[in-house]
Amino acid sequence: MQLEVDGRQIDIQVDPQMPLLWALRDVAGILGPKFGCGIAACGACTVLIDGAPVRSCVLPVGDVTGRVTTIEGLARDGALHRVQQAWLDEQVAQCGYCQAGQIMTAVALLEEIPDPTDDDIDKAMAGNLCRCGTYPRIRAAIKRAAGNATGA
Amino acid sequence: MSRLGTITRRTFLGLAAVAAGGIAVGYYYYRKPYPNPLEDDLAEGEVTFNPYLKIGSDETITVIAPRAEMGQGISTTLAAFVAEELDVTLDRVKVEHGPPSYAYYNAAMLEEGGGFNFWDNSFTAETVRGMMGVAGKMLGLQATGGSTAARDGFDRMRQAGAAARAMLVDAAAARLGVAATELETENGTIVHTASGRSVTYGSVATDAAKLAPPSEVRLREPAQWKLLGKPQPRVDMLDKVTGAPIFGIDVRQPDMLFATVRMSPVFGAKPVRSDISAATAMPGVLKIVPIESTYGSGFGVIAENTWAAFKAAEAIDVEWGEPAYPRTHDAIVSMIADAARSGDASAMRDDGDVDAAFADAPPERVIESEYSVPYLAHAPMEPMNCTARLKDGVLDVWAPNQMPVLVRWFCSDIAGVPGERTNVHTTSMGGAFGRRGELDYAIYATILAKETDGRPVQVTWTREEDMRRGVYRPASAGLFRARIGDDGLPVAVDMRIAAQNMMASLTSRLFPSLPAGGSDPSITDGSRNQPYTIPNYRVSEIQVPLTIPVSFWRSVGNSVNGFFHEAFMDEIAHAGGIDPVEMRRKLMADFPAAVAVVDKVAEMSGWGETLPEGKARGFAFTLSFGSWCGQVVQIADTPAGIKLEKMWIAVDVGTALDPGIIETQMTSGAVFGLSAAMGQELTFRDGMVEQSNFHDFDAMRMHQAPEFEVAVLENFHKMGGVGEVGTPPAAPALANAIFALTGKRIRSLPLSKEAAFA
Repeated sequence: MQLEVDGRQIDIQVDPQMPLLWALRDVAGILGPKFGCGIAACGACTVLIDGAPVRSCVLPVGDVTGRVTTIEGLARDGALHRVQQAWLDEQVAQCGYCQAGQIMTAVALLEEIPDPTDDDIDKAMAGNLCRCGTYPRIRAAIKRAAGNATGA
Repeated sequence: MSRLGTITRRTFLGLAAVAAGGIAVGYYYYRKPYPNPLEDDLAEGEVTFNPYLKIGSDETITVIAPRAEMGQGISTTLAAFVAEELDVTLDRVKVEHGPPSYAYYNAAMLEEGGGFNFWDNSFTAETVRGMMGVAGKMLGLQATGGSTAARDGFDRMRQAGAAARAMLVDAAAARLGVAATELETENGTIVHTASGRSVTYGSVATDAAKLAPPSEVRLREPAQWKLLGKPQPRVDMLDKVTGAPIFGIDVRQPDMLFATVRMSPVFGAKPVRSDISAATAMPGVLKIVPIESTYGSGFGVIAENTWAAFKAAEAIDVEWGEPAYPRTHDAIVSMIADAARSGDASAMRDDGDVDAAFADAPPERVIESEYSVPYLAHAPMEPMNCTARLKDGVLDVWAPNQMPVLVRWFCSDIAGVPGERTNVHTTSMGGAFGRRGELDYAIYATILAKETDGRPVQVTWTREEDMRRGVYRPASAGLFRARIGDDGLPVAVDMRIAAQNMMASLTSRLFPSLPAGGSDPSITDGSRNQPYTIPNYRVSEIQVPLTIPVSFWRSVGNSVNGFFHEAFMDEIAHAGGIDPVEMRRKLMADFPAAVAVVDKVAEMSGWGETLPEGKARGFAFTLSFGSWCGQVVQIADTPAGIKLEKMWIAVDVGTALDPGIIETQMTSGAVFGLSAAMGQELTFRDGMVEQSNFHDFDAMRMHQAPEFEVAVLENFHKMGGVGEVGTPPAAPALANAIFALTGKRIRSLPLSKEAAFA
């Protein structure tokens, strides 16, 4: 089957029931999305499909119809996406394992709500677990990316 | 027996696991430096000065940070040690973990293993610390744990940078024909100011590396530091915001196979009946092989991709044997609680005469409480995984791990290849919290690599396997009594704490043939060694003979005793009618560093101010890993439940090497402790852990996280640790806040059993 991932067409021959995450990681070699739980409970595998955040660990690859964007497809022409840049500026990551998923969810949030309130951030980010407890800096980075550089 | 004799015997027995065979090597071995492991693997044009530094003729400066990066920021701080003295900025430096090597022994990890109070500077305490440090070197204990990495590397790695800088300057002096004293360094360049001539580090590195290292180096005074003491951008941040393939699970090798394991969820049991035929026949499955190890028994499933391996593992039809411990949760919990009440106890702290102090106590001046905490999984975001290849008599193991020397030791033995033909590649870790100090993931990967005809195999565990086949924070129970004096302060405390012996559990996995006796200081760590002066003060250890695998979990015994001790102190303050912060100031008066922390966090939080209706605060303090940490949390009663609004943290680390990283570690440690306190618990049914994934073993989420304010102090004369220090006071601060809010004293974690959180 054909998938469009990060602006590239890829041809992938797998069981259509295989979750998108494993098709990306084990077959297409796209390692940005991470495996955390396999039941859409932690958000580490989050990718965008036509701009909407999706937990790729539970979505059968055969059901994917739209354009897939992973963390690896965010930077353009060597420049980080503004959300990635905000993450860098706020020094958000600790172990870093969940951060690809956090960033993808934040990208989708800011596309939908350019200037989110704390409540908007809470709602959008609740599905992304971080065991290192980077939440205060994630919140600050989202506000910075939104233009409120003074956030939390 | 003298205290020294008792302590060393106890400690060395307890340390039998890591000590096996090492102690007899002799003192001469300590004086002799280990060979530089970097010499074997230099790139073209590259030279090495010591085990921490390589410089290439292309000006590439590579610093080896030989401790595992699991999120705590250690690679940045260790690199800064070398860079500071080498006089280069961090962005000039490439940071690598390096190979497993005895050269990277962690002396600090054992130094505080002697059971002395951190503030004890007596001759005996210092002698034992010295001996333990020597033992660390003799054993070549390359380990990340115990919040020790920065303390261990502080002198050694700065000296490595300073020695190399001196050699580079000497080589430049010879090149330029001037005296070394006329030269200055500036971010990788050596300048002769008088003539304006300069050479770069890379251009003189080859000459410099041939020189003998200076016998003495002078380290910069803290006032001269350019990097240390200031927040540095983390060296791993760019990789982590771009999804770079840096983790164990991201390892990719040509022709690699994928695999998973299905191990007995009944600890210590073997399959009594199994049928792998249906699983073997599933698409993409190559082979299913039995696994026997000291960590457990079960199956490895080798497949074309991870998903196929997962599905086949689930399809294995298997019945497991019986546990050697009670099958039900209630029976397990009862065993621990009964031990706390009536088991044989050994006093680990025994000031004054506790029995006499209670003998004539008026009943109305005595309080008694029972506390308990559950078994906990580490649940790092990256599930256990490891990649191994056994080809042409060489074993390669790509392992996110905290113990590379032990990984090499065990895996080479399993593969039947010598240690020098075993390469351990330590990757970044997606969290660890102590879990990666175990070896099961590496052992299983090596066993499976023997089955793949030289093809590399990546073994990834499901989250369910990770949760249910863990090595857990031990459950514990405490029986706490206090006699309150006429002034409201405690006259006597008696603390009985019961848990499994963690060192015995570890020994049963690593060295099952060794006897595992002795005390386990972690059972009482955080209760027996706190900076309180109470005339009669006894803290006793009671061992519980359960065989559920238990291990190091962020802050270890302090995660248990921080809660017990500090929740009980809050009870004492309430019973004595004294403000809990004021009571600490009085009881800690002999420890100015502790009082300064208490004062600071009280000032930051405005402790004592009247709060609006429906809001309350709790306070707690723990000295752990050499750092003094006080926390105040403010909570609010909302229609959705209790909401954590804000937490203030003051911590005295002695010397703050990177205030930015320290702040994030305090927050991180507190979130870790609060997550456990609010909702985490493992329960057992039929001898198996019931929880399996984040839906029933969750952690704090974004909307539950309070705002944080952190103050870092540097009053105490000894440097403390950072990575675990924020965890122990978090649970009692929250429990004490809930008491202040609701009047309900919750003595059993998780708090969610008796309180609802928003």
